[in-house]
Amino acid sequence: MAMKAARKRVKTMPKVTVDGQEIEVPDGATVLQACELAGKEIPRFCYHERLSIAGNCRMCLVEVKPGPPKPQASCALPATDGQEIRTDSEMVKTAREGVMEFLLINHPLDCPICDQGGECDLQDQSVAYGRGGSRYDENKRAVTEKYMGPLIKTVMTRCIHCTRCVRFSEEIAGVDEIGAIGRGEDMQITTYLEQAAEHELSANVIDLCPVGALTSRPYAFEARPWELKKTHSIDVSDAVGANIRLDSRGREVMRALPRNNDDVNEEWLSDKGRYMVDGLGKRRLDRVFIRKGGKLQPADWDSAFKAIAKSRPQGSIAAIAGDLVDCETMFAASTLVKALGSDLLEGRQTGMDYAADNLAAVAFNSTFAGIETADAILIVGSHVRWEAPLVNVRLRKAAKRGAKIFVVGPFWDTTYPAHFIGDDVSVLDNLPDEVADVFEGAERPAIIMGGAALAQGALGAGLAFAAQFKLTRDGWNGFNVLHFSAARMGGLMLGYAQKGGIADIAAAAPKVVLALGADEVDWSQFGGSLKVYIGHHGDKGAHAADIILPAASFAEKDGTYVNTEGRVQFAEKAVFAPGDAREDWTILRALADALKVSVGFDSFAELQSAMIAAVPALGEEGLADYGTLPKADGNATVDGAISAYPIKDFYLTNAIARASEVMQRCSAELLHGGEFAEAAE
Amino acid sequence: MADRAPAPDTPELRERWGSFAWTAEIAALAKEIVARYPEGRQRSAVMPLLDLAQRQVGAETDTQGWLPLPVIEYVADYLDMPAIRVLEVASFYFMYNLVPVGKFHVQVCGTTPCMLRGSDALFETCKARGMRKGHVSEDGLWTLTEVECMGNCATAPMVQINDDNFEDLTPERLDTVLDALAKGQNPKAGTQEPGRHTSEPSGGPTTLTDMVEENHDYRDEWA
Repeated sequence: MAMKAARKRVKTMPKVTVDGQEIEVPDGATVLQACELAGKEIPRFCYHERLSIAGNCRMCLVEVKPGPPKPQASCALPATDGQEIRTDSEMVKTAREGVMEFLLINHPLDCPICDQGGECDLQDQSVAYGRGGSRYDENKRAVTEKYMGPLIKTVMTRCIHCTRCVRFSEEIAGVDEIGAIGRGEDMQITTYLEQAAEHELSANVIDLCPVGALTSRPYAFEARPWELKKTHSIDVSDAVGANIRLDSRGREVMRALPRNNDDVNEEWLSDKGRYMVDGLGKRRLDRVFIRKGGKLQPADWDSAFKAIAKSRPQGSIAAIAGDLVDCETMFAASTLVKALGSDLLEGRQTGMDYAADNLAAVAFNSTFAGIETADAILIVGSHVRWEAPLVNVRLRKAAKRGAKIFVVGPFWDTTYPAHFIGDDVSVLDNLPDEVADVFEGAERPAIIMGGAALAQGALGAGLAFAAQFKLTRDGWNGFNVLHFSAARMGGLMLGYAQKGGIADIAAAAPKVVLALGADEVDWSQFGGSLKVYIGHHGDKGAHAADIILPAASFAEKDGTYVNTEGRVQFAEKAVFAPGDAREDWTILRALADALKVSVGFDSFAELQSAMIAAVPALGEEGLADYGTLPKADGNATVDGAISAYPIKDFYLTNAIARASEVMQRCSAELLHGGEFAEAAE
Repeated sequence: MADRAPAPDTPELRERWGSFAWTAEIAALAKEIVARYPEGRQRSAVMPLLDLAQRQVGAETDTQGWLPLPVIEYVADYLDMPAIRVLEVASFYFMYNLVPVGKFHVQVCGTTPCMLRGSDALFETCKARGMRKGHVSEDGLWTLTEVECMGNCATAPMVQINDDNFEDLTPERLDTVLDALAKGQNPKAGTQEPGRHTSEPSGGPTTLTDMVEENHDYRDEWA
């Protein structure tokens, strides 16, 4: 081992020549990577940075000396010292033309009716590297369609057998369900017995597919890529804060795609983040409603504001933030609440009351990229696959590197080897010897506390565990809390936490409760309050409300979001809110006027600078610094069994997803085993 | 080439094969095969195990054997690997039958050397006996498949029947072999040409003829 390391150290970076340009490349790089470092574009289909190397499409052929006098697949060839690589020779040109011609032999010429058209690797590369025409006039191969579930539409005749989808499901998702059966010309990509792909990241194979074989079923025949306006946004379906791009046409968000961010989502996106966007156009609150005689009646803004003013909220108003709201909305509401002489703010809708005075104790401190390097991980009360599918991908990577993973809580399919050590959180105080031994010997031990653990009051015991096994050490902080609400960390930073949780607010019995998209609250405890729902979907919160003020969803406003790591990220406005709906902060600003108080901002920019002045960390994109962990209370003990995880249905966790037909179908078909007839084409 | 799509997943198929399990004898064999591979690499045993499964199915149905989906799933379970990975292997190699076959799987080579040496006539012979490509004959005895080169070109034309090769065939010789098989006899495998042992040159050696009787030093003649 030591020798190996020593040998590695003396190894220098190989020097190669690419098209006459001499460059040094990192040890272990492939010829393809060397060419990219030299700024040369190498066409490819099967090669993908985040997947294993297959080397089966042959599109990346280059000429390499020394070596056999024939083109070589650069993706699978290690770069070595003194190589002379040519990407511009006649040999390479004809090789590419030849490969492209073979690929196109069985590829249908149906680009005009193919959804990949305009963003198709095969299309682009055949224009750039292919011959002008075809010499093939035999019959083309035809392949039967394969059913892959409600999200993936297949046209397998277009498949060029790059096997990216197979490698993704095996290596990244950890759910072996796509495979290649048959061989040669008869090779077909399929799921076993054409069962639906059943995991939370399945739709990423659509992005990976370099041709139109796997396309998005809900987005089928909806739009062409060049018609779409592309807006950078942040996924709010969980607390990972995946970077996404919203593609919109007119006032409609057509689709969400992941953006690359190695620190957060790499280049993946959960199916929920990707496909709940069709819910943005359904069940929308697009006008003001006031409850009269027990029934919600359409009304106008003025009468709604008057009704709120009439109930005299001065000194007796609370704001409860939902899971999807941005920091600006929460800050605007908190300013209004404070201007009215109250300090009742809460975001933990389901009644959790963990201490939030030290945010390091409730953040994912090791970061998502960091958790990959952990070598012992204890997951307490978190169904990571549902609460943060993209974090589960990281945990899988850690497991592949040899990390030992233990889970406290009911069983769920982890996709990597993990030991379930019971449901009882008291195990934190009294670890089985074999588990304790692993953490004693670990160099980078970590704990992940999920919502179920927090609800069980296990945070103190978790901190004691962190102290006992020295989870914070030089350059490493292994104490992690995994939230699953996009608004949670932002809310905690903005003070949306009462000592006793939401029960404190109910006990204060405020005259007015502002529900900022809060759909998970048990509203029966606010019987005596005027419930003003400021949100975008007619969901549980709106059903309980006395006054509904229609607001904007995450796609319809600029906003700041903080993910569970404490990473501050900005999302941009993609489309306009429908009907009478307004951006949340303008509603709160107008409400301030109606209640005759001043909140000190008249524009979004002023609001943002006021917010940043109050909480400077929110002004800087990137990880917020929460300082060090609080001193653990050595006597903290906890007991009780985790009977279930808070998320009952992965596909229906928020108002947008519940309104989305795609998510409803996913839930019915993938989780509840419903049968759906294929729509006739 | 046989149809490589697996037999359809029907309730009847599930009922017939859903309870498939190794016989005691094969279970011991399977265990031994898996033990040949390092811990955690049991998946490497997938090919021999599929062969065992096919043979067990064959023994149960008195045929060469085939791999119904529940059996493929059984092997997948046994090796703790996803069923799709086993299906990939089973569908790749045509030695695994994905549909039922007869007691004797007659695989006639139709590749160029065999074709030039008269494999067309062998197909005629099979056809005359009521065999059809890719089908089980009515008496359940035969399944005819045309295969690509089996590497017996020196003794072409050849036919592979279950585990044995029959080479240097003529329609008459093939008829003799098939008759013997139908009667339950064990015809001699390998070349059917009288006087020939294996794949040595037909009609005696043409090179190194001095070596036939005794050792001969050719080096003096190289000059």
